[in-house]
Amino acid sequence: MKVKFKIWRQKGPKDAGGFRTYDVEVAEEMSFLEAIDVLNEQLIRNHDKHPEGPIAFDHDCREGICGMCSMVIDGVPHGPRGGTTTCQLHMREFARRGFRDGDTITVEPFRAKAFPVLRDLIVDRSSFDRIQQAGGYVSVGTGSAPDANAIPIGKAEADLAFDYAACIGCGACVAACPNASAMLFVGAKVSHLALLPQGQVERSQRAVRMLGTMDAEGFGGCTNHGECEAACPKEISTDAIVSLNRELMRAAIRAR
Amino acid sequence: MELDAKIPSGPIDKKWDKHRFELKLVNPANKRKYTILVVGTGLAGGSAAATLAELGYDVECFCFQDSPRRAHSIAAQGGINAAKNYQNDGDSVYRLFYDTVKGGDFRAREANVYRLAQVSVNIIDQCVAQGVPFAREYGGTLANRSFGGAQVSRTFYARGQTGQQLLLGAYSALNRQIARGKVKMHYRSEMLDLVLVDGHARGIITRDLVSGKISRWAGDAVVLASGGYGNVFYLSTNAKGSNVTASYRCYKRGAGFANPCFTQIHPTCIPVSGGYQSKLTLMSESLRNDGRVWVPRDKGDVAKKPGQISEGERYYYLEERYPSFGNLVPRDVASRAAKKVCDEGYGVGVELDGVRNAVYLDFAEAISRDGRDAISDRYGNLFDMYERITGESPYEVPMRIYPAVHYTMGGLWVNYNLMSNIPGLHVLGEANFSDHGANRLGASALMQGLADGYFVIPYTIGHYLATQHAGDVSPDHPAFDEVESEVRGRIDKLVNLQGDVPVDEFHRRLGRIMWDYCGMGRNAEGLEHALQAIPALREEFWAKARVPGGSASELNPWLEKAGRVADFLEFAELLCHDALYRDESCGGHFREEHQTEEGEAVRRDDVFCHGAVWGYKGVGHKPELNKEPLSFEYVKLTTRSYK
Repeated sequence: MKVKFKIWRQKGPKDAGGFRTYDVEVAEEMSFLEAIDVLNEQLIRNHDKHPEGPIAFDHDCREGICGMCSMVIDGVPHGPRGGTTTCQLHMREFARRGFRDGDTITVEPFRAKAFPVLRDLIVDRSSFDRIQQAGGYVSVGTGSAPDANAIPIGKAEADLAFDYAACIGCGACVAACPNASAMLFVGAKVSHLALLPQGQVERSQRAVRMLGTMDAEGFGGCTNHGECEAACPKEISTDAIVSLNRELMRAAIRAR
Repeated sequence: MELDAKIPSGPIDKKWDKHRFELKLVNPANKRKYTILVVGTGLAGGSAAATLAELGYDVECFCFQDSPRRAHSIAAQGGINAAKNYQNDGDSVYRLFYDTVKGGDFRAREANVYRLAQVSVNIIDQCVAQGVPFAREYGGTLANRSFGGAQVSRTFYARGQTGQQLLLGAYSALNRQIARGKVKMHYRSEMLDLVLVDGHARGIITRDLVSGKISRWAGDAVVLASGGYGNVFYLSTNAKGSNVTASYRCYKRGAGFANPCFTQIHPTCIPVSGGYQSKLTLMSESLRNDGRVWVPRDKGDVAKKPGQISEGERYYYLEERYPSFGNLVPRDVASRAAKKVCDEGYGVGVELDGVRNAVYLDFAEAISRDGRDAISDRYGNLFDMYERITGESPYEVPMRIYPAVHYTMGGLWVNYNLMSNIPGLHVLGEANFSDHGANRLGASALMQGLADGYFVIPYTIGHYLATQHAGDVSPDHPAFDEVESEVRGRIDKLVNLQGDVPVDEFHRRLGRIMWDYCGMGRNAEGLEHALQAIPALREEFWAKARVPGGSASELNPWLEKAGRVADFLEFAELLCHDALYRDESCGGHFREEHQTEEGEAVRRDDVFCHGAVWGYKGVGHKPELNKEPLSFEYVKLTTRSYK
C-alpha cells in the first residue's frame, strides 16, 4: 500500500503546529502504529531531507489495553474500525474500505482544552488522573477486607459493572465530543462502583466530586451527541452518562 | 557479595507468622518521618505505594508512563491464583505452594513460595473490597477457572482482562493516597540511577520525560518495582516501553542479579507475520482450557486449510504425549513441544524464511459441546482481539499460535524481606527473582505482584526502617553529585549519537541474536557465539546509531529508547553468561545438551540446585558468580512429570 500520511507536527506546547505530508509504502498486515514506525525509520534514515525528525506519538502495550495510544485518524479517534484502539487497527482495514495507492490518511492528536499537546501527537491527559483522584475509589485500607464471598453479587450486576470498569482511560470520548466532555469517562467509573455493594458508602460524594473536578479541569458538558460511545474502543455505552446523571440527582436529593 | 536469605526457622507453615512477630516495628507517629521512594506503578509498585502510604509513610512514586494505570500489569489477561478452595476440589495453601515449587522446576525458595500461597487468599478479599468486578456465578459467588500446571480450579478472573481490573484496583487505592497527599506521584519520570550513601540505597536520579529535567530524590528506602526484561528479545509480549534500565542500574551499583537466564516463553501467542513486527500479542493461557492444540500428522498437509484435514489426520501432540495434563501442561513444556513439532516440519501458517512457525489451537469441539455463546462469554474479547490482528475469526477457523517471550523469572536477588544485597533497596514483583524459580505458572504473576505490594513489603520494610534514622540524607549529599554527573554524561553521549542507523534496528538485531542463541533452546556453542556477537553489536551501536528528536531538555522519545536499548545491549551479555553457566535444563531454561531421548528437560540437582547471583565487574567483563544454595525440605526434588 502506498500511503500519503498527512500528519500533525508540533515541536512543543507553545509551537503553533501544522500538517506535513509524507509518502510511505506499507503492508496490509501491519498495524497502524507499525506503519508509523516504518515512516519514522524512513525519516531517521533520510535525516538530511527531514530536519524536522520523526513523529512523536504515545504508545505502549500495543494490545489495546493500556490506553496510551491516542491518534485521531481521518477525523475519528482511534480510526475507522469500531471498538478498536489505534494500536490494534491494521492497515488491511483501510484496504477493506476501498483504499487505493496514493490515498491520504490524516493523523492528528486528541484535541481538547484539557488535553494540551506536548509534542506532535502526544497530549497531556493528567487531567484524567486528577478526576480519578477526586473519588474513583472505595476507601478500604489493605487488610480490612471481609472474605471475598461474604457479599454475594449477582452475575448480571457484576457483568454490567465490568462493562463500565473496562474503560482504558484513553480519552477518545473527549476527543470525539464536540464539547470535549469527559462525561463518559466519569460516568463509567461512577457507574461501575455504584453497581457494586462495595461502592455504596461513598456513592453520592464520588459522583459529585468527580464531576466537579471534570468541570474544573476544563472539560465541557454533555449535550447528547453520542460521539463518545461511537469512538470508545471498549464500546462503553452512554448508559454510563444516564447513570451518572441519576447518581448526581440522587446525591442532590439526599443532600437536602 | 553477602547473600543471607534470612529465611525464618521453624516449620514452613509457621515461618511467616513467626517472622511477622519478630520484625521490628516503626511507631505509628514516627512513620511520617520516613520517606520511601517507589519506582514503578504496576501491581507490585502501585499496591506497595498505596499500602505504605496507608500505614503513614511518606511516599514518592515514579512511573515513566503518563499515568500509573498504564503499567504493563494492565495487559495480563487470564487470572490470579488463590488457595481459597471455593470449588471444594481439594485445593489448599499447601497444594498451591506445592504446585508453584514444582511448576518452577525446583529453583525457587520454598519459604517464599509458601508465604505467597498463604497471602494469596487475602489478595482476593482485598481486591473484591476495592470493587474489582471478578467473574461470578449466578448465585453471586466468585467463579474460578483452571490453568496450566494445576489440577484444581483456583484461578479468579475478570473476563480476559484480569490484570487490567486488578491494576485499576491498585490504581484506585493509589489515587486515594495521592488525594490525601501521602503519595506524591511523578508521572512520565524515568529512574536513571540509584544513589548509595555509606552502602545504603538512599536515593534515585530521575529524568522528567516531558521537560528533560534531571532530579535527585532522597529517601530512607527505595522500593523497585520496575518489571521484567523480556524486551531484551525485542519481540515479546511486553509493552514497548518495558525495560531493564532501573534494575540494571541497580546491578551496576552492586545489587546481585539472580538467574537472568530464567525467561519464560509463553506457548500461546499470535505468530510473527513479517519483518516489520513491533511486538507480539499473547492469547491467554486460559484458552487451553477449551482449545485443543494440534498440527497435521503428515508434513504434506501443512499448507492445507485446517478444515481440509480430517480428525484422523490431526496430531493432538499435547494430549498424546501428556495424557493426564493434556493441553494444560505448564508453559515451558507446551512451548518446547510447539517448537519441536515446528522444527520437525509440522508447523502451519505463513511461511517466513522457509519455516512455518505456528500450531493450531482449535475451539470447534468446545463450541459444539458448550455452544458459541458459552465460549464467547469465556473468551469473547480474546477472540475479537485475535480477529483484529489476524483478520480471521477463531469461531470459524482454529487460531494459529506460537510461543513468544512473555515473562522473566530472573531478577534482582532479594532475601525473605524482599531486600536486595544493597541495604535499603527492596525489589518487588517481576523485577525480583524470588518466587517462580525457573518457570512461572499461569495466573501467578498477578498473585506475586500483589502479594509483595499489599502484604509483604508493608511488614518487612518497617524492620529495615526501624534500624535507620529518618531523613538522614538530603539530596545535597556529595553522593548525589557524583551519580547525577554520571547520568548527565551518559545522556550527553546518547544525544550526540548522530550516525545514520535507527536505534530500533540495533534492538531488532539484538533480539534476533537472543532469540536464535538464547531462546527456547540453548547450547554452549550458540551461547558462546552470542557472547561474541553482543559486544560487537554494542560497539556498532555507539559508532553508528542515530538519536533524533533534538535535545535532552525536551520530550524526546528517541532519547528514552536509546538509553533503554544501550542498557539491553549490556544486559544481554549477562543473560547469556548465566545461560552458559547453567549447564542443565530446568523450567524455561532448556540446554539442548541436557534432555531425555524424548526431548524432556534434564535437571542436574547435584550441581545446580542454587540461585546463580551475579555481581557487576565492568562493561564487557565477566560478572562475578555467587550462589544461594536451595534446599527442599517439603517438596521432594523429583523430575517433573505431567504425563
